[in-house]
Amino acid sequence: MRNRTAYLFLFPSLVGTVVFVLIPFADVIRRSFFKAVGNTFVGITNYRDVLENKAFQQAVVHTLRFLSICLPLLLVLSFGAALLLYHLPAAKALFQTVFLLPMAVPVASLVVFWKIIFHGNGLLNEWLKLLHIQGQDWMNTDAAFWILVFSYIWKNLGYDVVLWIAALSGVGDEQYEAARVSGAGSKECFFYITLPQMKPGIVMISVLSFVNAFRVFREAYLIAGDYPHESIYMLQHLFNNWFTKLDIQKMSAAAVMMAFSVSVLLYLLERWNEKQEIE
Amino acid sequence: MLLPVLMMVLNSVMGAQEMKEAYGAVLGEGKGELSARLLPVYPTLRPYVELLLDSPDFFVMFWNSVKQVFSILFGQTIVGVMAAWAFARYEFRGRKPLFLMYMILMVMPFQVTMVSSYLVLSKLSLLDTHLAVILPAVFSTFPVFIMEKFFRAIPSEVFEAAKVDGAGEFTCFLRIGLPLGSPGIIAALLLNFLEYWNGMEMPMTFLKTKSKLPLSLYLPEITTDQMSAAFVASVVMMLPAVLGFLWGKDYLQKGIEASGLKE
Repeated sequence: MRNRTAYLFLFPSLVGTVVFVLIPFADVIRRSFFKAVGNTFVGITNYRDVLENKAFQQAVVHTLRFLSICLPLLLVLSFGAALLLYHLPAAKALFQTVFLLPMAVPVASLVVFWKIIFHGNGLLNEWLKLLHIQGQDWMNTDAAFWILVFSYIWKNLGYDVVLWIAALSGVGDEQYEAARVSGAGSKECFFYITLPQMKPGIVMISVLSFVNAFRVFREAYLIAGDYPHESIYMLQHLFNNWFTKLDIQKMSAAAVMMAFSVSVLLYLLERWNEKQEIE
Repeated sequence: MLLPVLMMVLNSVMGAQEMKEAYGAVLGEGKGELSARLLPVYPTLRPYVELLLDSPDFFVMFWNSVKQVFSILFGQTIVGVMAAWAFARYEFRGRKPLFLMYMILMVMPFQVTMVSSYLVLSKLSLLDTHLAVILPAVFSTFPVFIMEKFFRAIPSEVFEAAKVDGAGEFTCFLRIGLPLGSPGIIAALLLNFLEYWNGMEMPMTFLKTKSKLPLSLYLPEITTDQMSAAFVASVVMMLPAVLGFLWGKDYLQKGIEASGLKE
């Protein structure tokens, strides 16, 4: 009876998920082993095509580079900011709002702003001229990568700060008091009480930051279009360009591999998390 | 944090002539010096009048955004609230694997489901219709995940008391679950409003006709010689998001905190 009521509530969502996600994705897995026209089974040919594709290799490298730089950076910066705010209750509400505000700023607005600063004739170069330094069209250099990293952090800092503050508030005051009674200073408190208890939080915060990292495609696309400077040519651009050519075969194989990698990543994080909890 | 926002708002009241002088170097083909400024010297509301009254394109796309985003939110609320309720209140068979699946789907980047969504939308011949953007988003699992946390936080004594008074499962849901869980519903709505108001990937992939595109894809289209229009459009687009944000920032914060809880 309870089972039936539960499934009754779940029904619309489940049907939607099956129709719009699960069945189509199963079809994509099937297609990834077949030729585009006709129904010829081609084994892993599509996968090999994708893996040997120069653009794919580049995009993977750039995506990984972006993730491996901006994720740790965001986690550390937001943790620092959260610690600061956590100990400054008076400033907390105001600064949380200020940090979160970028979430509400449309990507397109931010991009106009970047153009004004980093364009070949933009503000930055005007300032550099005053110092007699020859500027450049920043969006067409490696700097584009860092502009993107900055955009990501600007947009997501507030979200992560809120998560960290919630994690920090979860540590009971009694623990600190007990530690202080036994003579622990604030340094010891931080390293032996606060940090260890942040571990479970780290997993969810990293996962959410990872999800949001894929959304920087919006900034990248609006600033630089389909074929940006190669330092920010990422998987999202590649998918988009394959899509324009309707290269379903390559996209299917790549989507399956991407889903697989994300699942493995999630699994590893989860395993690590469970191990922490046992200890 | 605030500088880009301030600059957008202040520059949106800059007249066309001044705009050209200030930004011609970057945005038009004009040479000249760039002299960006925060405060316009001759503030005017002309750009607003021009954009809001004289550009039919803008108007169409603004309404496209409104139509698409609010249909998504409406659908998500109905579908998501029910699913979240099921996950939060019942220990049914299959709950664990299903919830895990919802979490995995929540984490998948858009690019993973891009082809599959495209194929199913084309099969249902929904491509290039508003529904192509709306339907897949309605079944997003993110709001389910958020709202589940809020429903779960309702103490079970409340329901036991209601049961004693003879309330059935649906009465519990409608009379207790919905009102007590409403902060969660609002939080999920706000988070998703900000997400879809800005959304580009889905409309970019599933829509072709220009007259169906949302505002988020209109802004980049504004040619550089209409700079004041770009600023005004940015502000008009930013306004609902910022107002919603300021109104509901406490809910938003609770929603973000809920997204960080695993189970």
